[in-house]
Formats: sequence, C-alpha cells, structure tokens
Amino acid sequence: MTEFLQLLVAGVSLGAVYALLALGFVVVFKATGVVNFAHPALLVTGAYATARLTSTYQWNFWLALPVGIGGAILLALGIQRFLVYPMAAQAVTAITIMTLGADLVVRTEVTREMGAVDLLAVIDPWGNHVIRLGGVVLPVTRLVALVAGIVLITAFFVWFKLSTWGIAMRAVAEDPETAALMGIRRSRVAALAWMLAGGLAAVAGLFLIVFPTPGFSSTTYVAAIVAFPAAILGGLDSTGGAIVGGLVVGLSVTLAQGYAHQLNFLGDNFYEVMPYVVMVLVLLVRPAGLFGTRELHRV
Amino acid sequence: MSDTRLRPWYFTVAGLALLLLIPLNKDSFYDQFNLYFPLTTQTFWLQLGLYAMAMVVAALGLNLLLGQAGQLSLGHSFFVMVGAFTYVVLAGAEKNTSTIHWVGLSWPPLLAAICAVLMAGVCGLLFAPVAARLRGIYLGIASLGLVFVGRHLLLNVWPEFSGGSNGRDVPRFELFGLKFVTAPDPSERLYLGNVALGREELLWYVFLLVVIGAFVYYRNLVKGRPGRALRAVRDRELMAGIIGVPVARYKGYAFLISSMYAGLGGVLYALAAPSRVSVDEFGFILSVELLAMVVIGGLGSARGAVFGAVFVWCLKPVLNQYAEAGSIPFLAKPGGSGLEPGVAATFIYGAALVVLLLIEPGGAAAVGRRLVRTVRRAPAGPAPNNTPNQ
Repeated sequence: MTEFLQLLVAGVSLGAVYALLALGFVVVFKATGVVNFAHPALLVTGAYATARLTSTYQWNFWLALPVGIGGAILLALGIQRFLVYPMAAQAVTAITIMTLGADLVVRTEVTREMGAVDLLAVIDPWGNHVIRLGGVVLPVTRLVALVAGIVLITAFFVWFKLSTWGIAMRAVAEDPETAALMGIRRSRVAALAWMLAGGLAAVAGLFLIVFPTPGFSSTTYVAAIVAFPAAILGGLDSTGGAIVGGLVVGLSVTLAQGYAHQLNFLGDNFYEVMPYVVMVLVLLVRPAGLFGTRELHRV
Repeated sequence: MSDTRLRPWYFTVAGLALLLLIPLNKDSFYDQFNLYFPLTTQTFWLQLGLYAMAMVVAALGLNLLLGQAGQLSLGHSFFVMVGAFTYVVLAGAEKNTSTIHWVGLSWPPLLAAICAVLMAGVCGLLFAPVAARLRGIYLGIASLGLVFVGRHLLLNVWPEFSGGSNGRDVPRFELFGLKFVTAPDPSERLYLGNVALGREELLWYVFLLVVIGAFVYYRNLVKGRPGRALRAVRDRELMAGIIGVPVARYKGYAFLISSMYAGLGGVLYALAAPSRVSVDEFGFILSVELLAMVVIGGLGSARGAVFGAVFVWCLKPVLNQYAEAGSIPFLAKPGGSGLEPGVAATFIYGAALVVLLLIEPGGAAAVGRRLVRTVRRAPAGPAPNNTPNQ
C-alpha cells in the first residue's frame, strides 16, 4: 500500500510536469491552429540554458532559471514571428511540418553547444534531498514540481478566465474572424500564446532534468515528445484535457515503472512506451481525445 | 521551334542510361575524378546509391499519403522497420549461440521480400481503422506511437527477431540461383562487358528496376481515379464525401498502399546494408527525415520525392567524405575542430525544410518546373499539365 501511495504521489508530480508541457502545446493550438512540433526545442533550450549557467558558470539558480525561461520565451516568440506568422495563409499541415524543421535545427544546435559533455547536472537548491511522510519517501524536487505545477496551472486558468488577454485568447479560439472584427489583434494573441508555451516548457524542462534524473543530456527531448500523446489524449483543443492528459500519462508511466515486475511479459522498460499505448487506446474509443470537440459533419 | 525544346524525356533517358552505366565504370573512371571524389572508391558511391534508392521507395510511399491524401504520418519509419525485419527473419537462418538467439525461417529471399511487403501492408491495415477515423494532426501524433511501440516490441519483447540492440545479419539476396555476394565463385560469376558483377553491382540493377516500378505505379495511381479521389479527400473532405467518395475507405486505402511502399523501402534498406541492420536505425529521426524528403522534394510530386530522398539521405555521408579529405571549409575533420558533417547535414536539411515551406511550398519540384519554364522561355501561362497532380 505504501508503495502504491508513493507511486501515486510521484506519478501525480510527474503528471503535473507533463501537464505544463501539454498545456503550452494546447494553448498554441487553440489560439493559432498550429500544431507546434517545435515544443521539444523550447523545452530543450530552456533546460539547457539553466543547466549550463548553473553548472559551468556557477550562476545562482534563481538567477539562471529566469534566464532559461526567458530564453525559451524569446525562442518561441522568434519562431512565431519569423516562421509561423509569414506562413499564416498556408495549410496547417505545412506549418506543422515547418515547426518540425525548426525543432530539428534548434535541437541540433543545442546538442552541438553541449560539445563533448554528455551530461550537464543542474545545480538546484533542492539537490537530492528526500522527504518522508508516513512511509512515503519522496524527492523534494518532485514535491516542488507538484507545487509549481499546481500553482502555474491555477494561475493560468484564473488568467485565462478573467484577464482581458485570457478572454481575447478564448475569443480567438472560439471564432478567429469575429474576434478580429471585435478589435482583437490576433497576431498579438498568437505571439502571447507562443510565449506562454515557451515559458511553461522551460519550467517543465527544469523539472525533467533535476533529481532523480542525473541532468540534461541529448536525450532530454525524448521526454518532451511525451507531451504530444498527453495533449492528444486529453483533446487537442481542451486546456482542461491537457491537464488530465498530462496526469494520465504521468501516472501510467510511473505506475508501469513501479510495477515493472508484474508487467515483465511486456518487455523491459515497458513504461517508456506507456504514453503511446494509452494514447492509441483512448483514440480508438474517442477519436478526438477525452475532452476534445468532436467535429460534427454528416454526409 | 519544337525541335530545340528541351523535353523532359530526353533527361529521363539520359539519366537512366547514366544510372545503368554507373556500376560498369570500374575504378579507372573514378580515378580520373579523384580530384573531385577524394578518398572514395566506387563501392562507397554504389553503397550510398543503394541506400538512397531504398529511401526513394519509402519516400514515394509517404508522398502518396501526405502529398496526395493529405494525411500526416510521423510513423513511417515503423513500416520501414517492419519491412526490413520481416525480410531478415523470413530469409535469415536460425542461429543459436551462447549470446545470440536469432529466429530464422531460411525462406527463398524473393519470397521473403514479397512477404515482408505484405506484412508491412498488414500492419498498415491494422492501423487503418485508427488512421481513417482521425483527422490529420491526430493521425500524425498517433502514428508517432507506432514508432515508439514498434521499437519497444522488437527490441525488448522479441529480441530473437531483431537481434536486440546489436542488430542482426542480413541474409544475402539470391535470385533464380544467382547469389548476390561480394566475391562470387568464378564459375558463378556474371560478367557485363569485362566487369565482374559483385553484390553491389547486382543489387544496383535490381534496385533500379524496383525503383522504376514503384515510380511508375505511383504515377499511374495518382493520375487515375484513386488519385483524384485522394486529392478530393485532401482538399475538402466534406465535399469529397458529398460527391460520393467513400472518405474513410480511401484514407485507409492510402494508408495501406503507403505502408506497403514503406515496407518495400525497408526490404531494400535491409538488402543495402553491408552486414547488419539494427532497430535503432528506424527511429523518430528516420520518420522526420522521410517527411523532410517528401516536403523538400515537393508534396505530391513523384520526381520531387526521388530528388528529396537522394538529397536528404546522401547529404551526410557525402559531407563526411569530403570533410575527411578536408576539402570543405568550416567542416571538421575527424577529431578536429569545426562543424561536424553530421550536424552540418542536419542543419542544411532542417533549414531547407523551413525555408522551402516559407518561400516555395511546392518544394524542389516547383523550383524545377520554374527553371524548365525559364529555360524554355515559355510565356507565363497555365502551368504544364503535370500540376494537377500536386
């Protein structure tokens, strides 16, 4: 039972991180209709900057983190302004493939920047401390991730519901043309959505490279790819769905990893493909994800 | 006037003749060009060509799906992998040592190759119900699952099929008793002119035939009724349904044919490998490379897919070769400083993907058409009659 509780808490915490990733992905899709395959690039940029500044240049963590987040936001803004915006007239598929190309270039550049170093350990205030609650042992980083996730997600939803920009964004998602006629600047809303995605991805990236993960490596982006199944299974156009999707993915991965012995017949490291298995199962039943709007058309 | 026109089929015939002759020009031919082809032997170029032709077939398949039916798939490296390993398992011999456990059926290679293509088709069919129900983007990401789950299955669940992370040997091809080995017995050696045909030369001709077949089949399919239906589905799904195109069936159909193309590409890929294939060669990266091939070449265009596949696939090995000789500035020699050729190649095709989509969404095919038009000095009128295929 303790083991289950421990896995549950760890799973929810990992799920919160994935939820942040998926949320950024969904926000961009809602506000602009673009499926952003450059999301891993945003995460990798932010995480790399933070790790590099704290480890190599001995920066204070609280100084390095905003720089990392800012870097990811700038990159997101750059991609939106110079690459996505000029393509607005083209088919969504074309823009999607273009973001894949942008992702490839950025990720290759980050790997090149890393040079001969295989692993960059980020130096954070939480280190490898653990916390004991009852029988449950939990790394402090996981707890911080959970708290940060909850705070950011709540803040996002409050902002999304109440602020002028949030209302503008929802209006654009609802009906882009009418929103434009009402005086909402769609290009600004789009830029804002991308910046949000960059910031959220950078925060998520930080929690993917701190303890118990050894540090930033060239495979960190694999974790970022998991945001896609998370967003899809929740429903691409549902912010709430992104949270649920992130939690489902985080929980299923952690549980599959924890109960690896019982799942041995599915092969070693089965937990790595768990997000995709869950995604395909959900899509079989609900082709638009759990909370996605179903497109209604009859012939 | 019409005599002086450059007709596309002149180029086709000339290109084919050149491709037929390449294996016959033994090293003496390359010696003359040593200035331009440093440190290379004929085997390097033949080997590269074999891989590129395998990619051409796979890219044609993806182009059918993406360019014609408008369905995004990030999972095509999975079907390439299915083709490659089905061939290896069916044609390969069983091997059991203390460290190696390989399952093999030792079938005749041709039969194994055909079954491998069918197997990829079966996998495509199994996925087709998912594919047909999902809209473009959902499909793209769902098919991403195929790559990761397929890799996991072969690597961790059935290592006896795939040889685990070390990969396994590819059985040599054999056609009507003719063995495709590097140094055949003198009695079984085949000569063309005074050139003895070894593995690479023989494979080259077989591959060339397969590629031409795949190309012609693609063109016919696209020009006929199925092609029109697919493009209708791509351009306006609802409208296609209204005019009587069974949308779900055609989407599934495109997925099936496309996955069989990819499977055939996989068989060729396995055959092209000098010794082994391993699961790691068929990851997410290959999927992205395939997409890049199709988009750089030009969505929907068969010739574009050929160009894109050759360009994307050959960029890295070629840069590698030249960098080794130190003949390209900025690029690092092995162990030296500078941009690594592999990194440079990724930059180039990644940037090509972005830039082409920004300024010329038709890809290299559209650039080529524009060039031909400029050369012909034709008045800027309606485009040539192959544009409806786009």
